[in-house]
Amino acid sequence: MVAASSRKRKGKIRWSKLYSFAACFRPLTSKERLAARELIGQPGFSRVVFCNEPHLHKRKPYKYPYNYISTTKYNVLTFLPRALFEQFRRVANFYFLLAAIFSLFSLAPFSRASLIAPLVFVVGISMLKEAVEDWHRFLQDLDVNNRTVKTHISNGVFVDKLWKELRVGDVVKVNKGEYFPSDLLLLSSGNEDGVCYVETMNLDGETNLKIKRCLEASLCLNEDEEFSKFKATVHCEDPNPNLYTFVGNIEFGKESYPLSPSQLLLRDSKLRNTDYIYGVVIFSGHDTKAVRNSTRSPSKRSRIERKMDHIIYILFSMLVLVSLVSSFGSLLYLRQDMVDWWYLQLPDDNKVNDLDDSNSEKYDDRFFNPSKPVQSAGLQFIRALILYGYLIPISLYVSIEVVKVLQTMLINKDIELYDDVTCKSVQARTSNLNEELGQVEMILSDKTGTLTCNQMEFRKCSIAGVSYGGDITEVDLAASMRMNADFEPFEFSIDETDGATRSFEPFEFSVSSFSAQNGNARLTKTEGPVIKGFNFRDDRLTNENWIHGSNLFDITMFFRVMALCHTGIPLEDDNHKTDKLSYEAESPEEVSFLIASQEFGFQFCRRTQSLMVLREFDPSSMKEVEREYKLLNLLEFSSSRKRMSVIVSNEDGQIFLLCKGADSIIFDRLADNGRAYEQATTMHLSSYAEDGLRTLAFAYRTIEAAEYESWNTIFTQAKATIGPEREELLEQASETIEKDLILLGVVAVEDKLQKGVPECIDKLAQAGLKIWLLTGDKRETAINIGFACSLLRQDMKQFHLSLSRDAESNNQVKDMKEDILQQIESSYKMVCEERNKEAPFGLVIDGKALEIALRGDVKDEFLQLAVNCASVICCRVSPKQKALITRLVKQYTGKTTLAIGDGANDVGMIQEADIGVGISGMEGMQAVMASDFSLPQFRFLERLLIVHGHWCYQRISKMVLYFVYKNVAFGLTLFYYELYTSFSGEVLYDDWYMTMFNVMLTSLPVIALGVLEQDVSSDICLQFPALYQQGPRNVHFSWSRIIGWILNGVVSSLVIFLANIYILSPTAMRENGFVADIDSLGATTYTCIIWTVNCQIALITSHFTWIQHLSIWGSILLWYIFLLVYGALPPNFSGNAFQVLVEGIGPAPLYWMITVLVVVVSLLPYFIHIVIQRSYFPMDDHIIQEMEQCYKKYDVRDNEMWVREQRNSQRSTRIGFSARVDAKILSFNQQLQQKKLSIYRSVTNSPIYRSITTSPFS
Amino acid sequence: MDTDRERHRARETAFYLFTQQSLPACKPVLTPGWVIAIFLFMGVIFIPVGLVTLRASHCVVEIVDRYDIDCVPEPSRMDKVSYIQDDSIPKNCSRFMKVHKYMKAPIYIYYQLDNYYQNHRRYVKSRSDKQLLDGQKYHDTSSCQPVESNNNRPIVPCGLIAWSLFNDTFEFIREGAELKVNRKNIAWKSDRSHKFGKNVYPFNFQNGTLIGGGKLNPEIPLSDQEDLIVWMRTSALPSFRKLYGRIEEDLDVDDVVVVNLMNNYNTYSFGGKKKLALSTSSWLGGKNDFLGHACVFAGCSSLTLAIIFMLLHVKYRRPYGDMSYLPWNRKSFSG
Repeated sequence: MVAASSRKRKGKIRWSKLYSFAACFRPLTSKERLAARELIGQPGFSRVVFCNEPHLHKRKPYKYPYNYISTTKYNVLTFLPRALFEQFRRVANFYFLLAAIFSLFSLAPFSRASLIAPLVFVVGISMLKEAVEDWHRFLQDLDVNNRTVKTHISNGVFVDKLWKELRVGDVVKVNKGEYFPSDLLLLSSGNEDGVCYVETMNLDGETNLKIKRCLEASLCLNEDEEFSKFKATVHCEDPNPNLYTFVGNIEFGKESYPLSPSQLLLRDSKLRNTDYIYGVVIFSGHDTKAVRNSTRSPSKRSRIERKMDHIIYILFSMLVLVSLVSSFGSLLYLRQDMVDWWYLQLPDDNKVNDLDDSNSEKYDDRFFNPSKPVQSAGLQFIRALILYGYLIPISLYVSIEVVKVLQTMLINKDIELYDDVTCKSVQARTSNLNEELGQVEMILSDKTGTLTCNQMEFRKCSIAGVSYGGDITEVDLAASMRMNADFEPFEFSIDETDGATRSFEPFEFSVSSFSAQNGNARLTKTEGPVIKGFNFRDDRLTNENWIHGSNLFDITMFFRVMALCHTGIPLEDDNHKTDKLSYEAESPEEVSFLIASQEFGFQFCRRTQSLMVLREFDPSSMKEVEREYKLLNLLEFSSSRKRMSVIVSNEDGQIFLLCKGADSIIFDRLADNGRAYEQATTMHLSSYAEDGLRTLAFAYRTIEAAEYESWNTIFTQAKATIGPEREELLEQASETIEKDLILLGVVAVEDKLQKGVPECIDKLAQAGLKIWLLTGDKRETAINIGFACSLLRQDMKQFHLSLSRDAESNNQVKDMKEDILQQIESSYKMVCEERNKEAPFGLVIDGKALEIALRGDVKDEFLQLAVNCASVICCRVSPKQKALITRLVKQYTGKTTLAIGDGANDVGMIQEADIGVGISGMEGMQAVMASDFSLPQFRFLERLLIVHGHWCYQRISKMVLYFVYKNVAFGLTLFYYELYTSFSGEVLYDDWYMTMFNVMLTSLPVIALGVLEQDVSSDICLQFPALYQQGPRNVHFSWSRIIGWILNGVVSSLVIFLANIYILSPTAMRENGFVADIDSLGATTYTCIIWTVNCQIALITSHFTWIQHLSIWGSILLWYIFLLVYGALPPNFSGNAFQVLVEGIGPAPLYWMITVLVVVVSLLPYFIHIVIQRSYFPMDDHIIQEMEQCYKKYDVRDNEMWVREQRNSQRSTRIGFSARVDAKILSFNQQLQQKKLSIYRSVTNSPIYRSITTSPFS
Repeated sequence: MDTDRERHRARETAFYLFTQQSLPACKPVLTPGWVIAIFLFMGVIFIPVGLVTLRASHCVVEIVDRYDIDCVPEPSRMDKVSYIQDDSIPKNCSRFMKVHKYMKAPIYIYYQLDNYYQNHRRYVKSRSDKQLLDGQKYHDTSSCQPVESNNNRPIVPCGLIAWSLFNDTFEFIREGAELKVNRKNIAWKSDRSHKFGKNVYPFNFQNGTLIGGGKLNPEIPLSDQEDLIVWMRTSALPSFRKLYGRIEEDLDVDDVVVVNLMNNYNTYSFGGKKKLALSTSSWLGGKNDFLGHACVFAGCSSLTLAIIFMLLHVKYRRPYGDMSYLPWNRKSFSG
């Protein structure tokens, strides 16, 4: 929609007329050309493409894949085997598979159904989840594959063809705003010069447009009809993932032309500002560079889940141990005693004659074969392995899956995570990592699109030494407000004491004046329409008030530079409702300048090849006049020059050079008489920079006609030169004219941050998270954003690691390595020396340096330094490097990392990190597709981590531990009973009780715990972000806790079992003299277990909603109901459990008393433990719970103490807004101290003071 | 306005609250007060309960007599197994039990076997519930191995449990007069009516080669063979009592009960003990102090804990919601 309308609007613009200052691709030198030519045909460079003859690619050897892309894990055939394989790779599942198989051979102590059913259930649910997830991937693929593109069929006719049906050799026509369906060789474009503009944001995250240029030879192919007879052969490199290289040549007609990357249009990039292009498919489908670059998303497992495996191993070893004990015990009994137990009728060698012949023949009880005791013991071992399987929580996995899916649902439904603007909410795309969100220690963030909106806003300017656009930053404001708050009570207490407190007054004054000024600024902010890209409020300049300024000429010149020195063009709007124009330029900065100058009354309204027209406000006539400026020359911007200039002559024939550029560059080129404002401007510059604004300096000079003429001849000559020396000549020519400039001022534009980003970063910093910024942008921009997000601040020590040159030979690499190593070492030394001091460190490193720093031997030193810095900013990094950094940081620190980004260039990083988060607000879905969580905006990360992460971490860890407890407590009673049955493998409980245990009687409370447990409410989580530290420090899932819970299970099982057998036997359990048989004892013990484990979970739970109550007490009730119903079934089905509750145990008071006693006693150790812990070693959440309870009574959340604690909790923060405010307060205080001192000095030096102090009356 | 209100109401619905995780919840916090109260409460409950159960247990009078050794005549004691397996020797034996305390009817007669693994898996599984109910109509007796069939006809009742039926018998004589022993209603009613067939007769039971335990009267249906029914409720532990009958007369102090018993059952081959127990019962069942002791113990420890925590609370009181324990206020906190 948007694309379509904009196309219409901009229809008349010929983009090729634009001057471009983006660095064009350097033409290949002849040497390189030769080298490339030699490569063709060699291994790795053997691809042959017959352009416009796709039918030739249907047979070998030129058969290349279709343009079909599949990202699914499974297909219909492979799903079952692969998914099953994945499932049974889990140790526990494999164990239960074996158990189920054994159950088929009568080895198992249980019925087959009770072993197979849970396994099928568990595996089935997991596989279903896999299938659904893969189905979604398939649908997304389908969507991409079914896009259409105009493809040449024959005789110059182009028809729509699905992407997936494209073949290598097809000629396609791509229109403006469309994505390229595969890697294309650019043949021609809608522009006469064969140039097209490409946006590669999805590939490398760079937002500026790239120019691609077709070969001269194919320039003429810019009509549909031309392709009816077009034929050419391309020889080029084989598919590879390298985005920036392409080697090949094209045989067209009888000539052969070399190809370069500037003719290659990559899949996933987008055609911009060009009406259409023709291209031929070179690489298709999985051969394309974009797809080759993407790696299959790895399946991630959370830290807790990995640790859970270890717990399972522990439980397994317990299982094996008790099984060994059992089988060994059985062996002993079988060897010595069992043959004497005539009631078992075991065949004995001596007594075999006594047996009935038929009986001895039929004898097949392999478990108790006295003649083969070892074999029997072996079988007993296997049986014991299955019998004690209840130690392994089979339902743990399925419960966790269920809980995580529900947690995911709650995260997705959270209204606080819903973005009204984009109408999207947070989506947890996998449910595996919920609890990992609570353990993140390091955030690696992309910049553009993640932190910033990729939109520039004109914020401030300094003209002729006067700064406009407000002085106060938010930091100042917050600092002064907090200081006011702090000082009020203090001031009051000392106010009456003596006059020395007067010294506070200047300070107080300054603070209040801050607030007053800001109040005004706020007031004006609300007025007037919001103009996109222009966030400037200063009455001195707007509404043509600048004419009252003192340096009118300089101000006018300043605005002229702004309006003329650029490459933008005005958009010809179809509806002339307003006289305001909108602009299009290559960088958003320029657009913001043009908008600003329009606001100031210098509207740039037309541009032709050599003419620029401004509608200026003339201060003398107070009217708008249209003035034409002849554009004489344009000296392009480049990253090495860091400036651009235009040479224009006005209507009077005066020639001006208008120049804008980086401040250091401009300041170097000032004339002696042009430095009038240098000092003031420099001051403003630094304050702008601290606020994270991007600054550019403006300057001009007048040129005499004669000087211009002579220079112009040199310049035109240089321009006409062909060859490598051209650039150099141009550079020299520019140098001679861009000098003796007169400084006008600077402008500051803001790379607009997304809503809530600074606050979010602040909160995350308070939660103890480290934030690294990884951006493909240039260093200055990155640093600006660092300041804007408070990742950097002025009092921070910054280390800059950089390299000046590219590495060309090995020798140089070595030198550079030395260089970098030295830089790192010296920085690290500094860190070590000043570690105790308050000042934190910031590290800024660029891509080239990073490349060296991440190599084998240097990387450890580098990471050591980086980890010790409060914030790290990596600029100019490639997507690969992003992924590499992520991996190295993850490996080196062993901490949980979260990567967040929005573009395809972040995919590697997102996949590599423990948690990948994609921003879904922008276009391009690659990042989201690769991510585990997708957020509409960065700011939602705060709630996602601090609230949901914290909760999920607590929930899952509590849940897992409880599961372990529950199964140990239950499983061990089975083992104890074996001791009393001569290890014969008899089970105390009915099969159905046991099946019910994990499925119904204990599953719901634990799921309720996993879904709804909250230690503190969400507001409090946000108010005390320091609580989050529980996750990274892993307090809830430490080994001591795990062992503790296992021991707790052991204790519970012992208490339950011993109490039952000692109380119930051997005497009567009822008044009518009945004694407890195996079934009564089983049911009673089982009742105790159900009560104990359910009451235990009630002790763990700290947040009881009706759901928890229902599930816990309902589970207990369910057991009685089950027992009643089961007992009422006909004895054929219920067996010995028939009427067990009604007739056996129910009427016995003993039964009910045992339950009460056992529950209390078995929970006592845990209860004592938590009482001691709460009373004397309280954890953070305990205290905060108590505080909450305390204050709930009075309903004073904004109670002084509450606020103070909240602030105290933030104290240790080193980065972020609060930290910046703290630092500011510190500096204010220092200033204040100095002021006080000077006042004191002046007072003490004053004669009056002296007279007072020396006077006897004092 | 209306839509606003409706929306508001919709927001208030339980499902919305659930998805926002803001359901009304009770958040109990364990305060020292609660802790002490809970411990006190437990102490206050458990000690009296324990005392009451102990009293109940003490009211029960129990006389136990081990007779398995004494009932073997002196000469045979060297080889008790062959004695017990020799059918030609009469197995009757007399025991004297002195009543040391007044015993109120009903007095339950138990036989107790020790070191007898009635809970052995092989043993427990060797029965056929369906056959017990349906008799010969039910043919599949494979679960009864190894005592499955005789002369290709399934044994009724089949299986090891039935086959090893306890067959010692007891007669009680007080002062020359026989004490009436009621041997009805010693098994569960549901067993008699639903699990053992009324039309199932043990017609071919124990008439084969190796004789295990007792024989059954083939004229009486299984549902009335209460000894069998009791026996077939297998015990949970290797040392167990089973109900034999009831004496429905009171026994006075110093009464001497003469027990004429038939010592038929072979416990000698595996060193098991046989005991005879006469016991009255209380509302709690038989004589067992364990529950009472456990309750008193639990109550006392709760009380002790209550006192300890009270003292600790007085001495090292941590103020409720004390901020100085918060990590950022703690000195040791780093990071």
